[in-house]
Amino acid sequence: MTPEQQQPRLWKKAPFIANPWLRYGLIIIAFAYLYWAVSTIPFNWQRISEGWPRAMRIFGGGFPPAFDRGELMWKGFKESFQIAFLATILGVLLSIPIAVMSAKNIAPKPIYFLGRAIIITARSFHPVIVAILFVAAVGFGPIAGILTLTLYSIGFVAKLLAEEIEEIDWGQVEAMRSVGAGYMATLVYGVFPQILPRQIGLSMYQLDSNLRASAVVGIVGAGGIGATLMNAFGRYDYDFAFAILILIIGIILISEAISGWVRKKIW
Amino acid sequence: MLEISNLVKRYGKDDAVLKGLNLSVTGSEVVSIVGASGAGKSTMLRCINRLVEPTSGSITLNGLELTQLRGAALRKARRKIGMVFQGFNLIDRLSVMENVLAGRLGYVSLFQAVSRRYPQEDIERAFYLMDRVGIAHYANKRADELSGGERQRVGVVRALMQNPEILLADEPTASLDPKTSEQIMVLLQGLASEMSLPVLINIHNVAQAKAYTDRIVGLRHGQMIFDGGPSDFNSDALDAIYGGIENPDDDGQDISVSGGVA
Repeated sequence: MTPEQQQPRLWKKAPFIANPWLRYGLIIIAFAYLYWAVSTIPFNWQRISEGWPRAMRIFGGGFPPAFDRGELMWKGFKESFQIAFLATILGVLLSIPIAVMSAKNIAPKPIYFLGRAIIITARSFHPVIVAILFVAAVGFGPIAGILTLTLYSIGFVAKLLAEEIEEIDWGQVEAMRSVGAGYMATLVYGVFPQILPRQIGLSMYQLDSNLRASAVVGIVGAGGIGATLMNAFGRYDYDFAFAILILIIGIILISEAISGWVRKKIW
Repeated sequence: MLEISNLVKRYGKDDAVLKGLNLSVTGSEVVSIVGASGAGKSTMLRCINRLVEPTSGSITLNGLELTQLRGAALRKARRKIGMVFQGFNLIDRLSVMENVLAGRLGYVSLFQAVSRRYPQEDIERAFYLMDRVGIAHYANKRADELSGGERQRVGVVRALMQNPEILLADEPTASLDPKTSEQIMVLLQGLASEMSLPVLINIHNVAQAKAYTDRIVGLRHGQMIFDGGPSDFNSDALDAIYGGIENPDDDGQDISVSGGVA
């Protein structure tokens, strides 16, 4: 028998953080903060129990949902779709140049930083906050909604498109450069065909997502079905509000199904 | 005529990949360049059309100094240098015809390129060349539907569409099976003599180099160590070029070469 066989050799997975002080220190800090965070939240059981019947009244008032004001719902939905559609077109079109600017492999350094800065700015605020700003700037109504969702679309589409450009097969770009094509021709031939399926998929997804978001930004005054919903709540028309919510769920299910189908077809 | 003199290429602070290379190609010679991975074959070819920036030295094509060109002048010079790639580098999602016409991108306006309104003579030349290599019936097929040999034919036709004064082929047969790769070599040899076009071919297959080219240039560690006819290329030359290469650095260097190109 060799010595190694007498003494079994042990193996344990190396810890993620090698330094034991740091490792246990972080665990202790995490638990301490968790305890503090839970213990200082103001749980007022009395208020919660008082609020319960109120919540039940709202839900109770919502049943059965009233679909009788279909015209108003249709008008709100139409405006929401208009907002989502225009914002998607505008956002996707603006996303393309911004994505090109933000792709490390095809943009010069200063342009790259500018492009990334635009994307980060567009992404840093939730659409609801942006909508509040735009409503203040251009007033209530669909224009504020379109501007909000355009910005939202740029943040999302340009970022993912830029990442797609950074992963293209560079050989095709090289081939275009080798035939003497200029920068724009190289983009059109060497880059865009490679990102096209992703581009279409993202546009579909964004339309879907903008439709959903248009209902939310409507609540803060940016038009569409969200505004209709807010009005219904304001007038305690809970049954109408519930009808609108059901409509929104239905629309989103349908749009999800359509965009899923389209994306599967073109991939 | 292509004249390379004292060409040096260094990636970053590493050892030079090309160490003062001299080469001149005249007439419609078909020259094969052999050498182990990392010997600098691909770098040399890419220095000619400036896909890789030479560190120093001079390259002239029919009297035009290529190493100092910038912007539009560089693009204009590139039009005259056709290149065929190992991985074909076709635009996969475009049709064969669009790929072939892409060879004219240095000549047509952006509007013509985007709207696919190429001049009539370009379209005729495209059909003529596609017929010549036997792919005309694929004109409207997507490039990624073709087999390897067919795709390389598209690559060759694209390069010839440029009306080049020289053709560079960077391991054009390395991704193909033996039979197809012979066909491509025959094709390159035939086209070169038909169009009296000088051709530089990077190649790993020494037998093919001897069979299909007029002249063999051997590179090792960035220096030319053999230059002669196929009949002069004996086992001593083969040993000098490939012999004793077990150094793993050679492969590593190849990776850094392609990384630098990307």
